[in-house]
Amino acid sequence: MATHIIDRRLNPGGKSLENRQRFLRRAKSLVQGAVKKTSQERDIKDVLEGGEVTIPLDGMHEPRFRREGGTRDMVLPGNKKFVEGDYLPRSGQGSAKDSGPGEGDSEDAFRFVLSRDEFVDLFLDDLELPDLAKRRIAETESEGIQRAGYTTSGSPANISVSRTVKLALARRIALRRPRKSEMDELEAEIAACTDEDTRAELIAKLEKLKAKSKRIPFIDPIDIRYRRFETVPKPVAQAVMFCLMDVSGSMSEHMKDLAKRFYMLLYVFLKRRYKHVEIVFIRHTDRAEEVDEQTFFYGPASGGTLVSSALQAMHEIVRERFNPADWNIYAAQASDGDNSYSDGELAGMLLTEKILPVCQFFAYLEVGESGGSAFDLSDSSLWTLYERLRNNGSQLSMRKVSERSEIFPVFHDLFHRRENQEKAAP
Amino acid sequence: MTETTGRLFEGADWDFHTLQRIHDACEHVAKNELGLDVYPNQIEVITAEQMLDAYSSVGMPLFYKHWSFGKHFAFHEASYRKGLMGLAYEIVINSSPCISYLMEENTATMQALVIAHAAFGHNHFFKNNYLFKQWTDADGILDYLDFAKTYVSQCEARHGRVEVERTLDAAHALMSHGIDRYPGKKNVDLRAEEKRAGRRRQHEEEVFNDLWRTVPKGATKSRSALSIERRRKLLGLPQENLLYFLEKSAPRLAPWQRELLRIVRHIAQYFYPQSQTKVMNEGTATYVHYRIMSKLHQQGRISDGNFLEFLQSHTNVVFQPEFDDPRFSGFNPYALGFALMQDIERIVSNPEDEDREWFPEIAGKGDVMGVLRDVWANYRDESFIGQFLSPKLMRHFRMFHLHDDPEERAGIRVDAIHDERGFRRVRRELARQHDVGFIDANIEVVDVDLSGDRRLILHHHVIKGSQLNETDSKRVLQHLADLWTYDVALIEVDANDKVLREYVVSPRPLPAAA
Repeated sequence: MATHIIDRRLNPGGKSLENRQRFLRRAKSLVQGAVKKTSQERDIKDVLEGGEVTIPLDGMHEPRFRREGGTRDMVLPGNKKFVEGDYLPRSGQGSAKDSGPGEGDSEDAFRFVLSRDEFVDLFLDDLELPDLAKRRIAETESEGIQRAGYTTSGSPANISVSRTVKLALARRIALRRPRKSEMDELEAEIAACTDEDTRAELIAKLEKLKAKSKRIPFIDPIDIRYRRFETVPKPVAQAVMFCLMDVSGSMSEHMKDLAKRFYMLLYVFLKRRYKHVEIVFIRHTDRAEEVDEQTFFYGPASGGTLVSSALQAMHEIVRERFNPADWNIYAAQASDGDNSYSDGELAGMLLTEKILPVCQFFAYLEVGESGGSAFDLSDSSLWTLYERLRNNGSQLSMRKVSERSEIFPVFHDLFHRRENQEKAAP
Repeated sequence: MTETTGRLFEGADWDFHTLQRIHDACEHVAKNELGLDVYPNQIEVITAEQMLDAYSSVGMPLFYKHWSFGKHFAFHEASYRKGLMGLAYEIVINSSPCISYLMEENTATMQALVIAHAAFGHNHFFKNNYLFKQWTDADGILDYLDFAKTYVSQCEARHGRVEVERTLDAAHALMSHGIDRYPGKKNVDLRAEEKRAGRRRQHEEEVFNDLWRTVPKGATKSRSALSIERRRKLLGLPQENLLYFLEKSAPRLAPWQRELLRIVRHIAQYFYPQSQTKVMNEGTATYVHYRIMSKLHQQGRISDGNFLEFLQSHTNVVFQPEFDDPRFSGFNPYALGFALMQDIERIVSNPEDEDREWFPEIAGKGDVMGVLRDVWANYRDESFIGQFLSPKLMRHFRMFHLHDDPEERAGIRVDAIHDERGFRRVRRELARQHDVGFIDANIEVVDVDLSGDRRLILHHHVIKGSQLNETDSKRVLQHLADLWTYDVALIEVDANDKVLREYVVSPRPLPAAA
């Protein structure tokens, strides 16, 4: 009898993947709600992590005809003291209702684990890059290499042996180059031959063949072929994200925290769209500098406020390192809205002429103290400036945030999938 | 052939040669000593993740795609990761060759246990039990599942995933009532069935001619001629196989929908014997692995240490908590089944007077394996318990029978205990607990008002006052109505035909008319 022992461990896993995806798709709205709820409780750093979510089983329920109630008879093991005719109190343990196998009822809430990717996908699912971004994504391309047939010239490393030998064989046959076996045969004949005349004739013939075989080389330079490669354009999948932040004394830790959360979300979001995302941190007081992340969020700084310095710095970095033809550029600026009035003109000019034309998206986030009543008084100088620019047709997105819990809604709002570009201020 | 020398393995490690040696040693014992008759074995080693995959598709190696399997997968995965749930050591499939999945984490001893349990115990049971012989086709099942998988995906490509899902959802809801409980005239041959289904579809496509629609029909028969009896007979009513009835008689289903119902029905039917033989199936496998492992130990092929490891797992498997234990969740089929098998062994080889009185046919007969093989071939749980549960075993488990009548104010009555007066009643009740006829609700299609509003009428015959769960039933009926496309009424009647409750459900409007 044939027995087979098979090692299946190496078989591709994830056989249930498709079923799982179907389940998630079906439960999408429920899971999405759960994801949003879970993410609110989480630290923004952990937003990217997958994790357990709980959804109500309502739409996911698989109904069956089930019976319940009525007179029940059961045989149980472990009798200790009962005798026939005893009555057991109905309450508490051993009650008929509790011990029933109520499969459907026990499944009201359904807990399961989402992977990191699933979580992020659902988290950002109904968000989309604003329309204006498309313009450049289509154009930006880079070179890639691809095989494209054979060529007669090239580097030795690219010699195609099989093709070369094939051509050499064809040439040898076409020119009737004598084969080695042919000559061997002739030689054997000569050795065996006794008649002088024939022998001389044969030797002459052999010499002729030898000469011919020398004239026609085994492999000629014209046989050699090289593998040819061609460059093909490939779309770029890289983006750079500029984080601009006012770090002057008026920015409190709370405001920075709000800004950080927003940047994180933007990073997660971009990361999902682009293979390669770089982040540039520019902080500014009355002058701007490019710093690392740690300094950006936590480094001490003081001074006045000149927004134009940061815009100028960004413009220079773009010019030096990030060719707009190769990079998708995103920028997010966070500030409490203070700016010296004299700077308004310059900042506006820089923004409309240098920055916005190369950016896919520019967001301005005005952060306020917790409580946020200050916003009701009047618009800040920067807000007024940007609002004017926007009314003049510049592609700017701007929002005000003062509470941690508002970050996601605002982010969501900015990138919400929609027909038209945003029109109204919040 | 009898290489009964040398250890099969040392310690916990194993490799594929070890598995082969274990298998050969088990086979030797199984064939020569126990006289088992098994399908060829195919043993597959899988990882935990693959085991989870297998869980979610009811243990089958291939299955059509459906979200509910994804749900089960997510659920199992979550509980497994949290450590709430251990995975089974093996899964075995009733097919030829008989496929057993072994987990790679198992130690060598566990692999030996599992091979003896699944590849010989279950395997023998699948091949020889009359229910499996009657209802399942071990040769054809894998091919049929393959067909089902392809067909479902083709349907999705042709008719859209949503439509297919809707039909499958409905079919799954009715799956427990898509079973023929009694063999009809024809034999179920899955392979022929699959071919026939293909041919039938092809034929329908080839001969399709729209002109037939325009051929004038003869005079319609008078309504009175269609008496109720006649139309019930025409439709084969009453019919308890709801899926079968829908497949044949639902007025507005597309052919592919009928085929889907058929697939679900066939698969439900394939699993039907398993639900009826849990105790026997596990009892057989446990008894077989116990015998084989003991023999291997006797022969010195398993060391004392490894044998102790085996005994520990074995005792865990056959542990039966008592009713007031927090771990109690009904009778453990392994424990009950194994105890019954061992008890039969005792009765056959070493009976007491009581046994001679209760089991005159087998007591002291001497041929243990002969009796057991006969039992394994010809019984299901209900008849097996009804026949072979001995007073000694009832005393051993200290069984007692509770009768819980909600009308009874005093509480739950202890109706019988493990004493001379109670043995037969306890045994009868325990057998009934394992009778699918009592477990599943008895629902049948009784009538269709063809001349009127085409309302489908179902009856639920209520036994012992146990009615259907309302929310679930409404949902199931909704699915049923969607397939039937007209109103569906479910009437719960008791033994005296008194109507207890009536459900009426109308179909949801379809986005596109079928």
